[in-house]
Amino acid sequence: MRNNSFKEHIICNVITLNRSAFPAAQGEHLHQKMSENGALPLRGKVLTVDTMNANVKKVDYAVRGPIVQRAVQIEKELKEGVKKPFEEVIKANIGDAHAMGQRPITFFRQVMALCTYPQLLDDNKFPEDAKNRARRILQSCGGNSIGAYTTSQGIDCVRHDVANYIQRRDGGIPSDPDNIYLTTGASDGIVTILKLLTAGEGRTRTGVMISIPQYPLYSASIAELGAVQINYYLNEEKCWSLDISELQRSLQAAREHCDPRVLCIINPGNPTGQVQSRQCIEDVIRFAVKENLFLMADEVYQDNVYAEGCEFHSFKKVLFEMGPEYSSKVELASFHSTSKCYMGECGFRGGYMEVINMDPEVKAQLTKLVSVRLCPPAPGQALMDLVVNSPQPGEPSYQTFIKERTDVLSALAEKAKLTEEILNTVPGISCNPVQGAMYSFPRITLPERAINEAKAKGQAPDMFYCMKLLEETGICLVPGSGFGQREGTYHFRMTILPPTDKLKIMLNKLKEFHQKFTQQYS
Amino acid sequence: MSCSHNKKMDLKKKKKKLYWAHIWMHGTPSICQLRLILYILHVCSVISRFTPEILRKGIHGDTMTENGCEYRERVLTMDTMNPNVKRVEYAVRGPIVQRAVQIERELKMGIKKPFTEVIRANIGDCHAMGQKPITFFRQVLALCSYPDLLEDGKFPEDAKSRARRILQACGGGSLGAYSTSQGIEMIRQDIARYIERRDGGITCDPDNIYLSTGASDAIVTMLKLLVSGEGMSRTGVMISIPQYPLYSATLAELGAVQISYYLDEDNCWSLDISELRRALQEAKKHCSPRALCIINPGNPTGQVQSRQCIEGVIRFAAAEKLFLMADEVYQDNVYADGCKFHSFKKVLFEMGLEYSEKVELASFHSTSKCYMGECGFRGGYMEVVNLDPEVKVQLTKLVSVRLCPPVPGQALLDVVVNPPQPDEPSYDTFIKERTDTLATLAEKANMTQEILNQVPGIKCNPVQGAMYTFPRIHLPPKAILEAKEKEQTPDMFYCMKLLEETGICLVPGSGFGQRDGTYHFRMTILPPKEKLKIVLAKIKEFHQHFMAQYS
Repeated sequence: MRNNSFKEHIICNVITLNRSAFPAAQGEHLHQKMSENGALPLRGKVLTVDTMNANVKKVDYAVRGPIVQRAVQIEKELKEGVKKPFEEVIKANIGDAHAMGQRPITFFRQVMALCTYPQLLDDNKFPEDAKNRARRILQSCGGNSIGAYTTSQGIDCVRHDVANYIQRRDGGIPSDPDNIYLTTGASDGIVTILKLLTAGEGRTRTGVMISIPQYPLYSASIAELGAVQINYYLNEEKCWSLDISELQRSLQAAREHCDPRVLCIINPGNPTGQVQSRQCIEDVIRFAVKENLFLMADEVYQDNVYAEGCEFHSFKKVLFEMGPEYSSKVELASFHSTSKCYMGECGFRGGYMEVINMDPEVKAQLTKLVSVRLCPPAPGQALMDLVVNSPQPGEPSYQTFIKERTDVLSALAEKAKLTEEILNTVPGISCNPVQGAMYSFPRITLPERAINEAKAKGQAPDMFYCMKLLEETGICLVPGSGFGQREGTYHFRMTILPPTDKLKIMLNKLKEFHQKFTQQYS
Repeated sequence: MSCSHNKKMDLKKKKKKLYWAHIWMHGTPSICQLRLILYILHVCSVISRFTPEILRKGIHGDTMTENGCEYRERVLTMDTMNPNVKRVEYAVRGPIVQRAVQIERELKMGIKKPFTEVIRANIGDCHAMGQKPITFFRQVLALCSYPDLLEDGKFPEDAKSRARRILQACGGGSLGAYSTSQGIEMIRQDIARYIERRDGGITCDPDNIYLSTGASDAIVTMLKLLVSGEGMSRTGVMISIPQYPLYSATLAELGAVQISYYLDEDNCWSLDISELRRALQEAKKHCSPRALCIINPGNPTGQVQSRQCIEGVIRFAAAEKLFLMADEVYQDNVYADGCKFHSFKKVLFEMGLEYSEKVELASFHSTSKCYMGECGFRGGYMEVVNLDPEVKVQLTKLVSVRLCPPVPGQALLDVVVNPPQPDEPSYDTFIKERTDTLATLAEKANMTQEILNQVPGIKCNPVQGAMYTFPRIHLPPKAILEAKEKEQTPDMFYCMKLLEETGICLVPGSGFGQRDGTYHFRMTILPPKEKLKIVLAKIKEFHQHFMAQYS
């Protein structure tokens, strides 16, 4: 056996040698140079930025990048009594609902407490439906404990509940629990599928189509895996909608240098907040069929749709309604999570993916791959179960549950509107309607002098802007450059999650800052 | 099997076809002609490797329609998927476990078997084997999950104050908020203090602590950072054989080079520095060895390393410039008289500045093992020592992409490193529960070794620590032959038969690695005592029966 792997190793080497005839990635150039110079340090550390994994170095994740690190620092300074022109840092950089004061759904947390400490099942303070859910979950755990490992694909009963949920959501289109994989947040599922898809070298290297602007998990994972990122631009003038001709353009261009095999869609959009029309989804599916692309549909914001006339359509549903010509053919992985929607339970790292039309042998490989990490966190799985199997009419917790859910979603809708309205009153800020998700991604006009000063500092102009905003107002946003944007345009991403009163104050501070900034630099 | 393998097969077929075509047209070829053909074929294969995919797809598509198949091939197939993923193997949840799940279903459907239940002794899953969670830990977690319970008179004050403290460190006072990517700061401070107490006061910096999704997550992350280079300069990682297959699986996935060093079965699975040296010298011929992984207490081998041995390993790592990775998740699971757990960190710092300022070390711990056995929560941490500050920045960036480890797991880890103190109301119960669990494990470790060693043809080293026994089994040549005919490793054949006949699910030694021609299995010592006795008696009976049948 070891002999075999050694042979394979040799074969790999031959392939890599061949590859060096083609333009190599930057990191490799660097590496070649190093060994030429014999500069691999004889002393000093084993692991240095020169000797570490070159792909990891290329990873960028702006949502928790330098601006957030500075925000944490400022918080510490405030605690130490350093005087600032503000009293607190408002972190509008990340979709972290509870951190922004949203309350957890009572029913979910009751069941979680019961699962964690089953002695509470004898406590008459807990409603019967919560106890029933907890008993059911515990019965499907090894030794009736959420402290046991689960099967790697996720607890059987939870996967069944997820499949039923999808079936209800999609108007009866069947979902097979064997196609459901529970994950550690949606991120985990997305990375796993990208990992499976990445192969080839040089011109045959897997290319992955992602929207620009995108959620940087995609660019970061593509960089880490050494896959090729293929950008397609969303149309800002048309409310960040997706244009098939742009998909075609970017695909054609990419085929010159890689093997495009995957198309990633985020709907509702992050950071752009658009909700795709049914028509658009159909077109995307036709495009994927025509061009032989694996579809990845990131649908973690599926309950976060606010704008009138907008509705969430799952890729799975549209695919199956387009008939067997498509539904028996297109390979699709769609992703969901406990972190967004009305529950916002980010900390539990719950999530699932559904895979459609996946080659059975590849599916066996997927199951094997996820088994190495043993299992997704069991509390997150339990929480996922509650999300897909929430209180029903007639159960004691139903009224409270519906009220809590409706309150959260309608407050979000209100804040989406408010954000758009106030931002659009500022000259130099232009903001598309926040149709869904949790963010606004307005375009900002920056004066020439500001752009020059940023460049002199080696910063992206919108990073310069956001850094200044943070230092002067305590508001922490993410510059558009972290998500990607058309050259010469500048944006920031801001969550709409702060409580309404706070959001108003924040938007006004932003307005004031922008006016001052524009004045200062013009 | 693998992509390259398939390619080779295809190529062989092509070569054959062309060769016969040539003979048909030109008669028997001379040696020179043969060489020319081979050369042309080689050039063709190299070119085809770089032919634009569109062209190749076009060709494929044509042949497919010719056959009347669907014109559209799948995008993701065994031939087009990530070849490194194909090489990944993880025996602990491999084919034998899949068969065990199937058998459980068959039993449920009423199919008659010579047993009434499947006993899963394949994985260190304490709660699944009936171990009860520590009351205090679960109380705190329930309070954190549903803070309304803080008003409940039923919960002890120390549990409430722990829960309040954890919630205060969470965004919005909720376990449902993301934490910082490195882990909640207060918890990292608690861990640092725990490590300091454990290591007799040697300082620990909370900035060097990274919380993780179980220890596995952190191990993979560190290996990922370390892997670079191509060909001769590709990172090699030294792992023990037998090993915990997370290591081999991760190295395969990352395309790093696995360097096997063998533990000494005749010396109670101890680690021999001369064997490390042998493995390293050999590996240097084809890769760049950069990391040395140690599992102590050992999985699957159950040995506990002496202080002397750890010092030797550290000296070796310093001399050979290796990054040390110490997997110490079984640190509380030490049973044998005269054995004691020594952390690599502690020994490193006691060896003086010459070593403690130099050797790069990452050590790993988890909530899944020891006396708590909370596997499902996926809690864990690593401590990095002497990590290059720039690399540390890269590490922090890398973990931030996954946002944060599960917060309930972080909270659980906090109570593990900060358990009830002597003056607190939950102290007595906590100590009793912990002691009971560890004492039972010690008893079961002893019992397992004693009973297995009574069986002729089974030889078992003392289970000094951890949760497994890895006995050597003697298999008759007839059994080995039959296994080979079935294309199974002999110990897989043995374990599969054991499963079918007794319902006991073990993992064959081949999944962990073993010296050629030797056979083993891994069995957990976790089943409750009475059940364990039955399991061991059944294994004994099966083995005798098996020997009789095949000799």
